[in-house]
Amino acid sequence: MSNLRNIALAAVLLISRAMPALAASEADFEAAYAAAEAAEKDAGTLRNQWTTTEAELAAAKKAAAAGDFDAAIAAATEAEALAKASIFQATSETERWKDAQIR
Amino acid sequence: MPSTIRVRAISSGDLTEVQALIQHPMDSGFMTDAQGATIPAHFIQELTFECKDKKVFVADWGPAVSKDPYVKFSFKGAAKGDDLKISWVDNKGATDTITAKIQ
Amino acid sequence: MRVGMLFQSGLIALALALLAQAAPAADAPDPAAEAKAFRDYFVKKFPKVKLDDFVNGPYSMNEDMRKQWQEKEQFPPYEFALEAGKEMFATRFKNGKSYADCFLNGGIGIRQNYPYFDEKEGKVVTLELALNRCRETNGEAPYSYVEDEMASLTAYMAFTSRGRPMDIKIPNDPRALEAYENGKRYFYTRRGQLNFSCASCHVQGPGERIRAEILAPALGIMNALPIYRSEWSGMGTTSRRLITCNSQTRAVPLEPQSDEYRDVEFYLSYMSNGLPISGPGARP
Repeated sequence: MSNLRNIALAAVLLISRAMPALAASEADFEAAYAAAEAAEKDAGTLRNQWTTTEAELAAAKKAAAAGDFDAAIAAATEAEALAKASIFQATSETERWKDAQIR
Repeated sequence: MPSTIRVRAISSGDLTEVQALIQHPMDSGFMTDAQGATIPAHFIQELTFECKDKKVFVADWGPAVSKDPYVKFSFKGAAKGDDLKISWVDNKGATDTITAKIQ
Repeated sequence: MRVGMLFQSGLIALALALLAQAAPAADAPDPAAEAKAFRDYFVKKFPKVKLDDFVNGPYSMNEDMRKQWQEKEQFPPYEFALEAGKEMFATRFKNGKSYADCFLNGGIGIRQNYPYFDEKEGKVVTLELALNRCRETNGEAPYSYVEDEMASLTAYMAFTSRGRPMDIKIPNDPRALEAYENGKRYFYTRRGQLNFSCASCHVQGPGERIRAEILAPALGIMNALPIYRSEWSGMGTTSRRLITCNSQTRAVPLEPQSDEYRDVEFYLSYMSNGLPISGPGARP
């Protein structure tokens, strides 16, 4: 009898522990996605977005909608990295293109 | 309505060289449109070239043949001035036919 | 004594002349000189190719492909699009006017003058853009820049100019020079996750393969447009080609007739001045 109660108590504790972790995941995703979106928007201003960035953003959204926040965060993080790389490409190319010119 | 068949048949000695270009969508039935709906199969199934009431070239086609097909072949036994009749039937039962003079 | 002074002033003059050469002129581009350098690069790289032949793209680079192409040109795959274009061009708008009313010489044999820099607007105007403006001015809905109608229309107009030398003018207007510079910069700038510029393929790689295709040289590349591509099973516009090149390097394409596309068309066409119009072209 007391065993059952202990188990029940343990179960309640476990569940209440797990809940905050889940909620953090969604919030983490929102933050990761917002960062990726912002970077992609900057890349857009530079007229230099990559199709793969767009694909990762879409994948992130899709995973989040399915409740898989781990995958969603991974995709959003990847999207942000790609967006930043495209920004780096655009900024460095403003000077580098001249090296390629036929003279 | 203008013919879907363009043909040029040139006789040189014993040999007549035939070139034909046929206007037809040749949809395989495997492609989807922008909305994701399957584009129904619509292709030529039989293409026939006749000269002096004899079939000199018959093609049995399927979905692997691309849009606006081009055919080129040579045959013996015809001369300049002879008629060459070309006709096709597609999977929807539509047909077209044209008769051209061998040059 | 006099000889000595002459000698000294001579030395000074020489030094000044050398200094003047060392200091670069103001950053104003010299399009004519750049076009000559552009041409010379390809002529030197491909000494066996006749200058006019560069407009045939991969066929000027590969003998086997040329044979196949010449055979197909006896009965070109673009015949249907060309006929459709001719018919469309001749069809009057609802208001009774036609395309002929919008263009010099009734729109016949003028393709080689496009794109041009419009000094009133301060921007480059391409043939596709001019055609849609003609439509809109006459109460008709514009055509998509990437679909069959625009491809057929421009195919017909190119056909009426076949053989005529490309003749792009850069007016003495700083905005025109800027458009030229923008186009040049676009051409050489790497983009997309694959980090290719237009030059990566068409300056460094003509004659080489990219997967199964033979790359065309940048010289004369505009002269064959629009092109019937076997890959597309149909005729495609210049806009479509620029957009697909972008997505193939994993770059998100810009809107058709964006400033960048208009300017790069302007730059590349100018680079090919003097070479004959070969459009509409047929490509794999």
